[in-house]
Amino acid sequence: MVTQTFEEISPADFFYRNRDIAGFTNPSRAIFASIRELVENSLDAAEYVMIPPDVYVRLSYVGEASPESAIYKLRVMDNGSGIPPQHIPSAFGQVLFGSKYKLKQTRGTFGLGGTMSVLYGQITTHQPAFIASSTGISKIYMYKIMIDIQKNRPLILDRKIILNKERWRGTVIEYSLEGDYIRAMPKILEYLKQTALVNPYANITFVDPRGRLYKFMRATTKMPPAPQETLPHPYGVDVETLQRLIRFTRCNTMQEFMKTHFHRVGELTASKFLTFAEIPASKSPKKLKREEIVRLVQNMKRFKEFLPPDASCLSPLGEELLRTGILKELKPEFTAVRQRKPSTYSGHPFIVEVAIAYGGNIPQKGDFILYRFANRIPLLYDEASDVSFRIMKGINWRRYKISPDMPIAILVHICSTKVPYKTVGKEFIADRPEVKREILNGMREVARDLQHFLSRQEHVERERKRLGVFSKYLPKIAQFATKLAGRQEPPDIKKLLDKVKTIEENE
Amino acid sequence: MKKTSRDERFSATERKKEVLDKLSNLGENLYQQMAQGNFPSIKMPSRSIENIYYNPEVRQYVLGDRTVKRTAQNIRHIKPFTQLVWTGYFAQELTTNRKTSTLRDVYYSAQAYEISFQDQAESDNVITDLETVADCAREDLNIFPEERSAIFGDLTIEYTVPGYEGKQLNLTSHPDGVMIGPALTYSEFVKTTADKVIAIEKGGLFTRFIEENVHKKYNALLVLTAGQAPRATRHFIRRLNRELDLPVYIFTDGDPWGMHIAMVIISGSANAAHLRELTTPDAKWSGVWASDIVDYKLPSDPLTELDVKRLHELQRDPRYKNDLWQREIKVFMKHKRKAEQEAFSRYGLTYIVDEYLPAKLEEKI
Repeated sequence: MVTQTFEEISPADFFYRNRDIAGFTNPSRAIFASIRELVENSLDAAEYVMIPPDVYVRLSYVGEASPESAIYKLRVMDNGSGIPPQHIPSAFGQVLFGSKYKLKQTRGTFGLGGTMSVLYGQITTHQPAFIASSTGISKIYMYKIMIDIQKNRPLILDRKIILNKERWRGTVIEYSLEGDYIRAMPKILEYLKQTALVNPYANITFVDPRGRLYKFMRATTKMPPAPQETLPHPYGVDVETLQRLIRFTRCNTMQEFMKTHFHRVGELTASKFLTFAEIPASKSPKKLKREEIVRLVQNMKRFKEFLPPDASCLSPLGEELLRTGILKELKPEFTAVRQRKPSTYSGHPFIVEVAIAYGGNIPQKGDFILYRFANRIPLLYDEASDVSFRIMKGINWRRYKISPDMPIAILVHICSTKVPYKTVGKEFIADRPEVKREILNGMREVARDLQHFLSRQEHVERERKRLGVFSKYLPKIAQFATKLAGRQEPPDIKKLLDKVKTIEENE
Repeated sequence: MKKTSRDERFSATERKKEVLDKLSNLGENLYQQMAQGNFPSIKMPSRSIENIYYNPEVRQYVLGDRTVKRTAQNIRHIKPFTQLVWTGYFAQELTTNRKTSTLRDVYYSAQAYEISFQDQAESDNVITDLETVADCAREDLNIFPEERSAIFGDLTIEYTVPGYEGKQLNLTSHPDGVMIGPALTYSEFVKTTADKVIAIEKGGLFTRFIEENVHKKYNALLVLTAGQAPRATRHFIRRLNRELDLPVYIFTDGDPWGMHIAMVIISGSANAAHLRELTTPDAKWSGVWASDIVDYKLPSDPLTELDVKRLHELQRDPRYKNDLWQREIKVFMKHKRKAEQEAFSRYGLTYIVDEYLPAKLEEKI
């Protein structure tokens, strides 16, 4: 007889066993994912206090690990909010602990990234991680921790507090990990470049294992307005979320409950909805039966009169900043940027920003270059599966007198409280019709802008050529006509040349 | 010299003065337009197909009333416009300095003045424009094509070209014939004993005729057209006909192409509709006819598809309206055979001269 054993595993253990899900698939992907997670934490931390981010990343070679990989030390430092001292060990030593577990647009979602990176470092090198942070108070807290994987708890190996005379604010993390920088290098550099593009107000510095310095300097100190936290919209709520809300609510009636915990639900909408859902407005939410909760969620999705979510919880980059970023990192001859109006899918608000960049330093690759961003994160993998890629391929570009052999880059940025990723890997966006429509219209708008630019440019070029033709031939006509007529002095043709400049296509 | 009207009388010097006047008028006209602050423009008869008509009175193609305006204001016109003005200037230089040039030479000379022609076809076309604008043939502008034909027989001419003025030459002096080039074109006729002109398409037969003393036996001037007769040759034949009152007989291959060589000498080509004095309306096509192929049982080849297509075109051509041409076209189409002039050699080398030629010259058309 076979004995089956059941055991509960901690979230840390789960991710340890399934690290592929979080993007730590192989030594090359792992080093990329580590840098990415920590850089994004740093950017979020700086934006949280509305300070233009300064992020310093250093990757140094420690020693060989296997023929394909090596041990590196990774150090990431920022000027962000800093972590309150009591949370520092958990912030990096406990999976699913984080400040982002609320409804507003952030880069990460689960507070998974930082800890996953440390966890990965620990399982590949068995070295502790060093963390120092200060929120700008008079002390800097320094920790040396490891993760107790089975218990999902940080193990504090050492703790130091030093005086913060200069009132430094920010966080430093340094730890060892196994990876393959040589193979990951192109993606890491591309990631940093695109991050610099979509965060034009950030300074990003990277020192790679060979000692090469990459600097991406900010082009502005303006930052997009910080997103506001928001309540869930009824369309986007599932049974689990509703149960949690019921568990901690202090409301005694359903009417109050609807008003207090949902986005854009007021007195009138609440009573209309409860009538629609056939639930008494005076009923206590705590007394809802299991099947009533399920029905409530179903009716929330069916009820047509909820107001659409507003976009105050979103923080798009804005046309001006996106343009700044594009001009800074891509150095094109021309760029057009469009921010679409906020829209929603399944109760989640989103905003699409689309840009097109032409000429200048944009290479001619025989096809458009597509840059995809979600919540200001560059998406670098699985391009062909992304909705933007398919939309781009489906557009009849010839209508805009644009062809793939021109030096053209197209950028799509989606911001949402819930980016519709297709897989857990979070590398590409799913084909939601609402999202699709916004991207498509955005691309069309910027394509039209480029078309206008190109035809204007063509017109200028044509005028230049035209003038060239006239100034080449008119003097010759004058010269030979003078000789034919047997005269000495050629006629003055300056007036004629001036006329050429003013007449438009006179043919 | 026999009776010739004043108009027809060729005078090299008068002609030259007229041409130079035309060129300087053109220059003055353009100059004035520019001096008044206008874009220079030129009006000239259109040479498009729609403006080419057959005129039965002068028995040649002529241009209709349509005109085209070339203006330097139009970006598509300005380059050919410049080329045209330059070509006028170049022709003026040639004429004034009594030099001649070939079409090919014009094409290359342009490059010295930074006037670019894409190819010779383009420069040839501009020369045709200049002919139309100045209303004179390119030979009057001292520009000649490469092709050369020849003449042999008892005609004495007097040169007018520089270095040869007053010098005379009898055209029997050279047994290969004398080339009809610029010098001969500008020469004046002095005297002749000939009473007819025989134009021959091919060099082989021309030589045979000289060897067989055709010029003496038949009292004729022999002209080699060397295929389609160049304009200078057509003009020369016309002068022989008009100034010396000599009847002209044309011998070509017995096929639609040979037939058309004769026709172009008689009635001119559509390409030269803007020009006069290149035709000899009274000249006669004496052979080889389609009916000769039958009557003389000449060795022959079947007509090709292209030949037949050409025959159908000729059948509808207004120049081919009269009975002889229509009859011969029908015979060609009936027998579907063609023969070259050399085909007579099957009857011996002298047969064509002794038997065929006198019979054909006798023929009443």
